[in-house]
Amino acid sequence: MSQRPPVKDWATDFDHLDQRWINDPFPIWDDMRKRCPIAHTDRFMGVYFPRATRTCAPSPTTRSISPRAASSCARRRRRAFPAPPITSDPPEHRPARMVLLPPFTPDAMKKLEPRARALANELIDKFAKRGSADAAVEYAQEIPVRLIAHMLGLPEADGNLYRKWIKMVLEDGITDSQHRRRGRRRDDALLHGLRARAHGEAGRRPDQLSHQGAGTMASRCSMENVIGSLRLLLIAGIDTTWSGIGSCIWHLATHPRIAAASVAEPALMPTAIEEFLRAYAPVTMAREVVKETELNGCTFKPGQMVLLCRSPPPTAIPPCSRTPTR
Amino acid sequence: MANPSTLKVRVDRDKCQGHNRCKALAPELFELDEYGNAREKGDGTVPPGLEDKAYLAKSNCPEFAVEIIETKG
Repeated sequence: MSQRPPVKDWATDFDHLDQRWINDPFPIWDDMRKRCPIAHTDRFMGVYFPRATRTCAPSPTTRSISPRAASSCARRRRRAFPAPPITSDPPEHRPARMVLLPPFTPDAMKKLEPRARALANELIDKFAKRGSADAAVEYAQEIPVRLIAHMLGLPEADGNLYRKWIKMVLEDGITDSQHRRRGRRRDDALLHGLRARAHGEAGRRPDQLSHQGAGTMASRCSMENVIGSLRLLLIAGIDTTWSGIGSCIWHLATHPRIAAASVAEPALMPTAIEEFLRAYAPVTMAREVVKETELNGCTFKPGQMVLLCRSPPPTAIPPCSRTPTR
Repeated sequence: MANPSTLKVRVDRDKCQGHNRCKALAPELFELDEYGNAREKGDGTVPPGLEDKAYLAKSNCPEFAVEIIETKG
């Protein structure tokens, strides 16, 4: 990271891997909002960063921006890394989404809650007596890898396998093509293994993996879509969630007043979590420009990327609660 | 004297992506189909006292799929 060329101007050369961005991105975003409607960088194959997310949402009629490459990296990938539905264009997007929605409804999530609470307590028990812990590694990262394994009916001990793979693909692979290739090979082996296992055990297991093998996915989607959806389950279920949990803990650790209020009044937690999710949206999705298009006087060239999701300024969306986060 | 206005909520099925924010914030007004897509309960009429929840659901929908129809009495 220290070898990266330093950013000269955040509006024309931004780099989310710059140490200053990593340490505290908020002043940088404030500066970008004031100075430019659309920031740009030539890093990562060229990326635009519009000020207001919704002004450039992909239109189903123009189809000028596609989700087919949902993350940006230093060099173009030789082949796509599909993870439907987030990498699907219409009309494939809707059926791909319908496959994954049912296990994630609020009612379905409620069934997972007892295991999630038990797991959280088990993890805390391990370091409570010590008095301190690396909350990102010992807590935030452990929750989603184990819960997704639980959802898929896989041994929770396999969590480390997913953790290494995701780091290879999403962190190291962004700037290192060797890591990306290794992640790709591991991805193929891991997901085809899961798919074969689901197929063999279909009908005998109540979990999500067998559901995907026996039910809707296999009958409606191609093998590539089944594999891609499993990839999304693992990547989005694990990486996104551990980032979100980690951000919550970081905020509480750096804002003792909020932490104390949450302890004193646990009923605040659901709304506090709503606010954390809004303030620390853990995913910055990218879109690929597939047809030259113009927005706010800026011409987007095919092949370049647009970052779409970005925490909006506090006034952009009405608050859903009055829970203080600062 | 005119009757007070009535509100109805409606979920645009084509826009809904199943985030379920409306159902989470206003379960009295929204329900889910078998795939997790949201729809309004009944004919969407908002009972007195739930107007704020209707607007909260609308403003929290990431897809702008929740509409509020106001009928003057």
